[in-house]
Amino acid sequence: MARAGTTPARSKGTSKAPVRPSDALSREQKIELYYWMRLTRSLEERLVNLYRQTKVVGGLFRSLGQEADAVGSCFALEQRDVMSPLIRNLGAMLVKGATPVEVLKQYMAKGDSPTRGRELNIHFGDIGPAGSTRGFLGQISPLGDMVPVMTGVTLSFKMRGEDRVGLVYIGDGATSTGAFHEGINFAAVQKCPLVVIVENNGYAYSTPTHKQTAARQFVDKAIGYGIPGLQADGNDVLAVYDVTKQAVDHARAGHGVTLVELITYRRKGHAEHDNQSYVPPGEIERWAAENDPLDRYLVVLREQLGVTDEEISALHDRVQREIDDATDEAERSGPPVPLDALVGVYADPPAEQPLWFRRDADADAYGTERPEGWGTWNASETKP
Amino acid sequence: MSAASTVSAATGEITYLEAIREALFEEMARDPNVFCLGEDIGAFGGAFKVTEGLLARFGEQRVIDSPISEIALVGAAAGAAHMGMRPVVEMQFIDFLANAYDMLTNYVATARYRAFLPCPMVVRGPSGGYVRGGPFHSQNPEAGFLHTPGLKIVYPATAADAKGLMKAAIRDDDCVLFFEHKYLYRRVKDVMPDGDHVVPLGKARVAREGSDVSIVTYASTVWKSLEAAEQLAAEGISVEVLDLRTLAPMDDEAIFRTVKKTNRLLVVHEDTRTGGIAGEITARVSETCFEWLDAPVLRVTAADIPLPYAPPLEDYVLPQTSDIVRAVRRLAAY
Repeated sequence: MARAGTTPARSKGTSKAPVRPSDALSREQKIELYYWMRLTRSLEERLVNLYRQTKVVGGLFRSLGQEADAVGSCFALEQRDVMSPLIRNLGAMLVKGATPVEVLKQYMAKGDSPTRGRELNIHFGDIGPAGSTRGFLGQISPLGDMVPVMTGVTLSFKMRGEDRVGLVYIGDGATSTGAFHEGINFAAVQKCPLVVIVENNGYAYSTPTHKQTAARQFVDKAIGYGIPGLQADGNDVLAVYDVTKQAVDHARAGHGVTLVELITYRRKGHAEHDNQSYVPPGEIERWAAENDPLDRYLVVLREQLGVTDEEISALHDRVQREIDDATDEAERSGPPVPLDALVGVYADPPAEQPLWFRRDADADAYGTERPEGWGTWNASETKP
Repeated sequence: MSAASTVSAATGEITYLEAIREALFEEMARDPNVFCLGEDIGAFGGAFKVTEGLLARFGEQRVIDSPISEIALVGAAAGAAHMGMRPVVEMQFIDFLANAYDMLTNYVATARYRAFLPCPMVVRGPSGGYVRGGPFHSQNPEAGFLHTPGLKIVYPATAADAKGLMKAAIRDDDCVLFFEHKYLYRRVKDVMPDGDHVVPLGKARVAREGSDVSIVTYASTVWKSLEAAEQLAAEGISVEVLDLRTLAPMDDEAIFRTVKKTNRLLVVHEDTRTGGIAGEITARVSETCFEWLDAPVLRVTAADIPLPYAPPLEDYVLPQTSDIVRAVRRLAAY
């Protein structure tokens, strides 16, 4: 597989130009890509409001400026495929079927959130047999761990002969973990139908990429695993779709793993508390002004697809209405019941017992006291 | 009896190691979702030959020789388990569980609770000392995992239990860490019970009945405790030996029952002392059976030392039968 350029040439006009996978998308689908990006950004803006109202219980993680890489890549999957996101892949979650109300309930730690208040933010999933689930697997916080797990998910597809593909996101930082290396290597050896997307957004928390790796670019790591590497401009949603679709098709055809590097930029801090003091002056502003994925795609929609201002405006209204409705619904939910904390560590037993100091009466806590009382004798024998 | 075992023609007995192999054969034949993965388990049959013959019988798809990647092994097993498979991972030596500690404790152990993700998988491997294996081929790392909610832990002492507990572990709907004692691999034997021999998790076994002092123990030190009990019987001290078999869930009822019977408790394990399982058992007994105790709960364990290689050093660090005899005498004197 050839390495794609960061901005593949448009195929329009010449028969020799390569056919881009995104050329097969309908006008409606191309507008849908914008809808998912807009929904992602607006939902996060709503979360910022809720965070400032202290209704978000924990931290808030933004993907501002990275919406195209999440949406464009996940759009290349089928419903039966399984995707595992990272914290900045809200857009991918939404494309795969997660709803704004689920996301809001998660952030607000509601009792009827997808994890019943056990996990934070977009750490939730819905996987299982094809057709019965939406096919996204919640991440955990130790970075890189989802690569081996998705190796196992896709190994099961291979073992059962299922026509399903897996896609896992990691950041530039997680490429330094042992889990990333072990997982991608094992998947490559087993030719698992897996796409590994490295979202290079410039920073892992405060650490810039040049302190993360001495590699010239992350896509170069592919060669060490004997797998194809593709790279694209992560802020060009169609370019993202194009490279991911190639990698997905490669996996579906039984050719194994592809590493895809998407180059983007993290315009907000690691989380909402992070003031980005480590970022060189002007850098964020430059990306916002010159390389915003939504602004860029609007130009494409208007100039190449003739999408009108009225259509855009109606879409914005729809997004706003959906988020308002979802917020209302999420706010109506209550917190979890404390005793639910004891349920479901194991399948068997189904619940843990409350500790004795959390029970109503001490007598429930302990077994019977020794009826004969204290002493170093056996009750059936003589007493002093 | 399957082709997996070398049954002694004279006695019908098979070893602890063969019993585990027999369980793997039977479970893989019973359920197509069961598969094995690990380092050198296929063509070579595993470092101790536990998986010998599996590749020939079940093929490369179900007996996967992996790279040296404990994180990937445990992580991939979890992912496959989420999708309905029942993977059995071999750690070439259980000491290498430490390499997968994050994956086991952060990912696997929390999966059902935080995300309602089933993780029916077994991580098994040769454990323990008394074999001159040195610091990295002799460990007993079970206590660290007992401290992690969400994992189950099995550590059999007998060949029959090794088979029956392995079958139960494979059928369990959560992750089971299955410790196999390499000193016992070829030293203890049993005639396997007929039929589908499954030993339920969480049930201890009275290995010897007695009335004066209770020893609660598991794995290799069950045998040392039985030796000690035999010696002590000659002195007129009757020792009850309880083999826990499963450490998580722990059979509290069986522990409390034997304590209430003898009123004196010695906890014995091969693992190191501080933060060990004996401390946990002591606390449970203290909280629940304080008024039944006629003596302090004592522990015989390894010293808090990385396990050394040379025989005089290893023998000094690990608990020996004579240590158990001495501790029981002290308890009996109360």
